[in-house]
Amino acid sequence: MIGLILTTTIVLGVSFFADRGKTLSGLKKGAMMFGNILPALFSVLILVSVFLYLVPPRMLSAWLGEGTGWFGVAGAAVFGSVSLIPGFIAFPLGGILIKSGVSLQTIAVFITTLMMVGVLTLPLEAKYFGWRLSILRNALSFIGALVIGLLMGIFL
Amino acid sequence: MNRTTFALLKKYGLLLLFALFVGFSHLLPFRAGLEIGKNFRMFLMEMILILPLIFILIGLFDAWVPRETITRHVGPGSGVWGLFWVILLAMLQAGPLYAAFPVAALLWKKGCSTVNIFVYLGAFSTLKIPMLAFEVGFLGLKFSLLRAAFSLPVFLAIGWLLAKFLKSKAFTVSGDD
Repeated sequence: MIGLILTTTIVLGVSFFADRGKTLSGLKKGAMMFGNILPALFSVLILVSVFLYLVPPRMLSAWLGEGTGWFGVAGAAVFGSVSLIPGFIAFPLGGILIKSGVSLQTIAVFITTLMMVGVLTLPLEAKYFGWRLSILRNALSFIGALVIGLLMGIFL
Repeated sequence: MNRTTFALLKKYGLLLLFALFVGFSHLLPFRAGLEIGKNFRMFLMEMILILPLIFILIGLFDAWVPRETITRHVGPGSGVWGLFWVILLAMLQAGPLYAAFPVAALLWKKGCSTVNIFVYLGAFSTLKIPMLAFEVGFLGLKFSLLRAAFSLPVFLAIGWLLAKFLKSKAFTVSGDD
């Protein structure tokens, strides 16, 4: 976050110094793109907020902790695909669950699907890539994430 | 109702309904609505800081970097070096995946090849260095290394498959309209 603020400040400063007109037209373009995506972004935020209420993290850890074998892995894949949990919550949660005895395979599948598949952010992705391509990318990523997680279960 | 109002309502109607729902939840009070409103504010805070910065960078990138540069380095036929550049770019970034979509769309519009676009998204979702550092801390080096090693061939394959799928269709990306 601090890196992003610093980078933006420096880039903006250098750009402004080099060419004021170009900088202004760039900023205008960026603002326009931001404005265009804003409605879709709000829809996603609303979806995510409702989802987080319906499925709070404690329910998630209970599910992953109790589900065993293929049932646990399937649950992890579904939760990972739908959830939008930032890494600074997901990784510590994964670490705690492993310590409490949840299989590494389940956690691996949860983490990989969480990273690669975003069902709730589909409306946003579709704004840029269209629905068909976005669904296809997520479907392929879901299969890929499952393969990665299951392979990790074998090697860990 | 004139056309501008209608367009605005169509765009922000859902947000308006949601605001009314949360507002009434405060009046009643309705606990579920309050919780959902709290979640919304939390996510809003996360993105209201990151996204404007990203769009400033995207706008400047669009203004400064000519299409020809992008096509030459990561366009069709850029081969292994093209893959290297998009993966490196993705690894150096941070933030949620949805922040990468506008960047990918702009790269695409500027002539980046389809394979490289989806490899970029794949690398962004799995190999960001700030995220890897965090992952190593909580899940261990072996976990992260294995995951990264298996992820690379998987997202290369996904990029290749999607490029093959799109090759049969005349496809354009809606970058900035």
